Order: sequence, then C-alpha cells, then structure tokens
Amino acid sequence: MTDLPMPQSGAMPAPKSSLMVADARTRRRNAAEKRFRLYGAGAIGIAMIALVVLLSSIISGGAGAFRQTYLSIPVALDAETLDPKGNRNLDEMSKVLTLSYGKVLDRAVEAAVASSGIEIAELAEKDIDNLVSKEASAHLRDRVLADPELVGQTVDVNVLVNGRIDGYFKGRVTMESAAADSNTSPQQLMLADALREQGVLVTRFNWDFITNPDASDQRPEAAGVGVAILGSFYMMLVVLLLAVPIGVAASIYLEEFAPKNRWTDVIEVNISNLAAVPSIVFGILGLAAFINFAGLPQSAPIVGGLVLTLMTLPTIIISTRAALKAVPPSIRDAALGVGASKMQSVFHHVLPLAMPGILTGTIIGLAQALGETAPLLLIGMVAFVREFPAAPPEGLFDPASALPVQVYNWTQRADPAFIERASGAIIVLLIFLFCMNLLAIFLRRRFERRW
Amino acid sequence: MPLSWALLASLLLAVAGYLIGRSRAYATAGSDIRNLHSRPTYHGASVALLTLTPAIIVMIVASLLRMAKTLSPEAAGLVGLFALAAAIAGLGWGITRIGAGYQARNVVERIVLGVLIFCSSIAILTTAGIVLSLIFETGHFFQKYNWLGFFFGTEWTPRFQGNSALGILPLLWGTLYISVIALLVAVPIGMFAAIYMSEYASKRVRGIAKPAIEILAGIPTIVYGLFALITVGPMLRDYFAQPLGLGNSGSSVLTAGLVMGIMLIPFVSSLSDDIINAVPQSMRDGALGLGSTPSETIRQVVLPAALPGVVGAVLLAASRAIGETMIVVLGAGAAARLGLNPFEAMTTITVKIVSQLTGDNDFAAPETLVAFALGLTLFVITLGLNIVALYIVRKYREQYE
Repeated sequence: MTDLPMPQSGAMPAPKSSLMVADARTRRRNAAEKRFRLYGAGAIGIAMIALVVLLSSIISGGAGAFRQTYLSIPVALDAETLDPKGNRNLDEMSKVLTLSYGKVLDRAVEAAVASSGIEIAELAEKDIDNLVSKEASAHLRDRVLADPELVGQTVDVNVLVNGRIDGYFKGRVTMESAAADSNTSPQQLMLADALREQGVLVTRFNWDFITNPDASDQRPEAAGVGVAILGSFYMMLVVLLLAVPIGVAASIYLEEFAPKNRWTDVIEVNISNLAAVPSIVFGILGLAAFINFAGLPQSAPIVGGLVLTLMTLPTIIISTRAALKAVPPSIRDAALGVGASKMQSVFHHVLPLAMPGILTGTIIGLAQALGETAPLLLIGMVAFVREFPAAPPEGLFDPASALPVQVYNWTQRADPAFIERASGAIIVLLIFLFCMNLLAIFLRRRFERRW
Repeated sequence: MPLSWALLASLLLAVAGYLIGRSRAYATAGSDIRNLHSRPTYHGASVALLTLTPAIIVMIVASLLRMAKTLSPEAAGLVGLFALAAAIAGLGWGITRIGAGYQARNVVERIVLGVLIFCSSIAILTTAGIVLSLIFETGHFFQKYNWLGFFFGTEWTPRFQGNSALGILPLLWGTLYISVIALLVAVPIGMFAAIYMSEYASKRVRGIAKPAIEILAGIPTIVYGLFALITVGPMLRDYFAQPLGLGNSGSSVLTAGLVMGIMLIPFVSSLSDDIINAVPQSMRDGALGLGSTPSETIRQVVLPAALPGVVGAVLLAASRAIGETMIVVLGAGAAARLGLNPFEAMTTITVKIVSQLTGDNDFAAPETLVAFALGLTLFVITLGLNIVALYIVRKYREQYE
C-alpha cells in the first residue's frame, strides 16, 4: 500500500457523481433486481393461490355430501299389501315387490302432509309422493323383511328425501330452476320448507355417504362410497403385500450385490424409465396381460392391485435405494470385519437401519397408488355392487370399485347432485392421503438418523 | 382352490422342515456346536427353502402354461399334487444333506440371492410386458386398418358399424396444444418459484411455501380433473370465452392446459431446485464478487450454466403432460378437431384410449384395437422424451462432478 504513489488531491478530477447517489445505471440494475425478486415471489404466490382455490373449491363443493335431508314420519305397514296371505312367511313376503312398499310409503307421506295442516296452492299429489327418495321404499322393504313382525304396526321411519329437495336446502336447486324441472316444482319446494319448519324434514350428518354403495342415476341422494373404500382397501393390501417385498428385494440386490455390468445398467435404466411411463399405459398392460391373457376377472381388486403394484414398484425401488445408500459404509465394514457374510451384514445391519427411510418411501408410493385413476378405468374398476353392506365384495376376486374411479364415474352422470357426491368422495380420498402423508412425515421425523 | 391348499401345505411342510433341520443339526453337532460349518438355524432355513422353492417353481410354471392356454384349468388339482410332491421331495433331500460339514449358510444365501435377482428383473419383465402387449395388439390393428390412414389421417370418427376414420393427427394436435399451454404455465412459475426459494426466500417463507408446493405434488390428478370440470372450466367460459364470443364450451384446451400447468408446477420446481443447487457455489461467488446483483448472477451465470439441466427438466415435464389422463378426460372434452381456438374443446391421445377401452370391448374391432396403437404411440413419445432428458441431465451433472 505504501508503495503506491499517493495521488495529490489537487490532481484528482472532480468526481462527476457521488457514491452516495445512485446513477441511472445502478438504479436500473436495482430496479431489475427488485422486479426479478417480485417475479419469484409472484410465482410462489400463484402456486399458493392455486392450492388454496383448488382445495377450497373441492371442499366447499363436497361438504354438502356429508349432510343429507331425511323425513321422519310414521308409516302404517298395511298387512293387506305387504303380507297378502297373512302368515308372516318370509319367502312369501319377499315376493312383494318394492313397488308395493312405495305405495305404502306414498300413503304415509300423504297422511303426514295432511295432518300437518300445510296448505299450498296447486300442490299436486305427485309432488307429495315424490318428496321421498325412490330409494326409500327399498330401505323400508329391507327393514320389514328383516323383522316381519313389524307388519300391521305403525312404525316411525327416517327416510331419505328426494335429491332435488336436498339440493334445495343446500342451495343447488332454486325456485327458478325447479319451475323448469320436470322432477320437482316450486310447490314441492314450498311444501318442503313448511315441513322443515315443523321439524318433519331434518338435515343431519350423513353417515350413509361413507357406508352406502353407489346408487343408480335417479337416486343421487342414496349414493355412497362404501364399496369404493372397500375396493381401494383391497387394492392397497395387494400393493402392500407385493410391491413392498419385491421393491425392497430389488433395491437390496441393485444397491448391495449387483456387479457393475451391462445387465445391471439395463435394469437401472429400465427402472428410471418405468417411473416415467404414463399411468394409462399400465392400464393397457393390465387389460392386455392380466385380463385378456391371464384370464383374471374384470373389475377385481386383484387386477387393480397388480397394475398399481407394477406402477408403484419404481417409486418404492428408488426411495428404498436412497435409504440404503444413506447407511454409511462403516456399518457394513464393521459387520464384515467381525466375520459376518455379505448377506448377514445387509439383512442384520443395513436393512434395519434403512427401515425408516424405506417405510416413508413405501407410504408415499402407496399414497400415489391410492389416488391413481386412469389405469383402473381401463380395467373397469366400477362394478355396481347393489347389496352392500349386506353382501360386500368378499375377496380380491369379487367385483368392486375404487375411490378415484368412483369420483370419475359420478362426474359422468347427468344429475348435478352427483358432482357434489364426487367432491365429497374426493374429500374422503384427500383425508386418507393426508393421514398417510402425516404418518410418513412422523416416521421421518421420529426415526430418521443423520450420519 | 387346490393351488392355494397346496401352497398352504408346502408352507406347513417348510415350517416342519425348519424345525427338523435345526434339531437334526443340533443332534449331529453333539456336545460342541462348533463342529458345524453353519449355525443350526441356517440348517433349518436351508431345509425350509429347499422345500418351498421346488413347489413354488412348479406352481409358477403351471400358471404360465395355463396362461399360454396349453394347460386346461381343470388340471389345477393335478398341479397341486405335483407341487406337493416336489415339496416333499425337497424336504427329504434337504434333511438327508444335513451334516457337520454341510455348508448350509452358503446354500441359503445363494437361494436368497436368486430371489433378489428375480425381484429386480421384474422391472424388466414389466417393460417387456408393456412392449409386447402393445406391439401385439397394434399388429392386429394394422391388419385391419391401413397404417398410413392412422398416422396421417386428419379425421377421427369412430363408428360402431365399422368404416371408421381413425386418424391420429387431431389427437396428436390436441395433445401437443394442451401440453404447450401447460408448459407455458408451469415452466416460468416453477422455475421462478425454485429460484426464489433457493436464492431469496427467508427461512419462514420457505417453511410455508415448500410444504405447500409439496402438497400440490401429492394431490391425485383426479382432483385436478374435478377442479377443471367444476371450477376452472365454467369460470373460463363465463368470463372469457362467452364475452369474447369465442365459444360456449366449459371444457376447453385452455381449461385443461391451465390446470395441468398447476399440476406440473411442483414437478418443474423440484427439478429446477436440484439443477440450480448443482451449479457450484464458486461460480456464484465469482459473479457476486465482481459486483453483479443476485438477479444478474442468476440470469447470466447460474442459468446459462444450468441450461442443459433446465432443458432436461422441461422435456421431463413435457413427457408428463403428454401422458396425463384424468385432467384432460375431465377438462379438455371429447371432440377431435384440428383448430387454433384455445376456448374450444379438443381431445388428446389419452382421452381416446380411455373412451375406446371403457365399456364393452370387442377385441376384434379396429375401433377397440386402435387404443393399443394410440398407447404404443404415447409410450414411444414419452419414452423418447425421457431418454433424451435423462441423457441431457446426466451429461450435465457430470460436468460439475
């Protein structure tokens, strides 16, 4: 420093500008800097807004599916109609069709409306009969057949209300739309309003949505996700039993034993490519290989489970290998040093230490499989199981449905009430996924070791 | 189910074999267990594995034969007996081999290694299964339908009576159009989000934004599809398409593209994050030391250095977009057309695979078989994109290692 000739202050040209004052170029650069930062913050903001809008639109659309309107009325179970022979014989009583129960119910509803003293101009008889769901008479029949002694008595029943009226209470149906709708009328809605004030119509939490099977096009109010949850559960069982052992075994081989050669390379490239194959291609594979070639039954959870297994294998292998790689070599060396074989060092020491990581990866893979739809569409996982929970799909080979496919199926129906059901089913699905991810995070926090 | 009974019986035999093997090993060892080559549990395990392995091999071979239709399903009982016989033979052989010098551990380890190798080749088998089933059925399709008409046809009108026009071009156009819109949404947002989080964000912001983006990644595509159907589609129709006089359709290219873009944000952002972090810190320090602002460092040093990686990430995202199904099924519509209006409904390859393969399938009709040709096209396109992308990413990663 001292060698430098000190410039004489007099010889210095007068500075054009001060360091304290930013010149035009600096200002421009700083502005560019600020803009760039803003773009970044904006990107994050857009992503967050998208997430919030997405979740809130699904939740607000689907919350209605968890509440349902019921009508509680006394029904006189007329022995003449329901048990013509009068001997309470189940076989003969089961010959009485749902239609007759519908008539009994119609009479009960008419009586209830008459006794309530509600007067509405131009109220047609059809409006009163249509108050209850078409599903209600079937429910009533099941109840009577389960307990034949009820015939002849007057029982209090809680029956589902028609989807249009339920939609009216949830704001989906309005007086204007009802006027144009042949399935309902403004008079019917006024009647419903009046009945609600009297406490005959009640909207309450809808457990049936979670336990019921799917219902036909005309009865959105009775549709539920019971079969779909069971089907998804069966498939997850298959994935858990197949994908996890196979995936872990494959990763152990590739990470610990595989010699560096061409075959190993081929397997590795293959796995990373499989991870990126579109899911629908796995559906085509399932259709061609498992159903057409191997002759497994369509709509069976075993086929869905196998397809999802093949699909999640790469995910599980990749995360398991990462977990195995994270175990330091000193562990292996120590085991080998005291005389363990290579196999013993892996199975007794490396694998247990990698277990938390493997579990986390497995749960994330399972969550992915649970939400997958496209391949299941192709193998027809939308079986219509009517008798549920009385006769559920009992095993892996019985036709069943799956949650995401049920959602898709409902979006394809005409009645807008099914859109509410679809959103409700998504909420159920998201709750499952949320729990699984929470478990994965918990396992990671609790057991993860940093070396 | 005679097969499952046979499997259960073999399992029981294996357990018995384990116990017998272990006790015999103890017996041969006499007073000093060090006389044995392997520990008694390995002797037991070797007997158990020698019992199970032949039985399982018999069953696998039998079910393969059954799938290939050379073995009738009625022979299941015979197969079960055969498997059981194999298990008993293995058990007997295993027991007779036990002795002080028998290297039970080596036998067990060899069998286990074989199982591990088999499991790792299932990935290969899957790929082979995909390729074979696609090629086989596509071959059938091209016997019934002219391949020139498929690859160069501009009309897609499947009819049940036959005489359909099955040209892929409108589907390919819809696929590409939607994917491009999705990438236009996802790439800038994803990249900027990644840049902001790795270079600017405070710990608190990162603590909120990162999990939020990860949640976005964990949401199943059917949820995005429903979002497109009930929220985005009607909104675009009511506020943009109808006032501008561009269309009345709730499902449109733009709906599907926007929602797919949102779906791809976390994918692009996590890939970009890896890529940006792979650029050595020394390059950043050099640029900052010369007086550039952080944004200049990123734009003029980090991004050019990361360019190959970014290209790879975009290609991977493109392959995702092309193969995506549920969003386009619910958001894009089903009308196959070649057009430019983004507010019109268009359709994609994946939508048509779904629509041709759901419902009652007639696997002799070209209208059903065309789905396999579409699947093969999709598979080839995505595979090609992936291979190129992985090659670029790998090549680029080596530069700085």
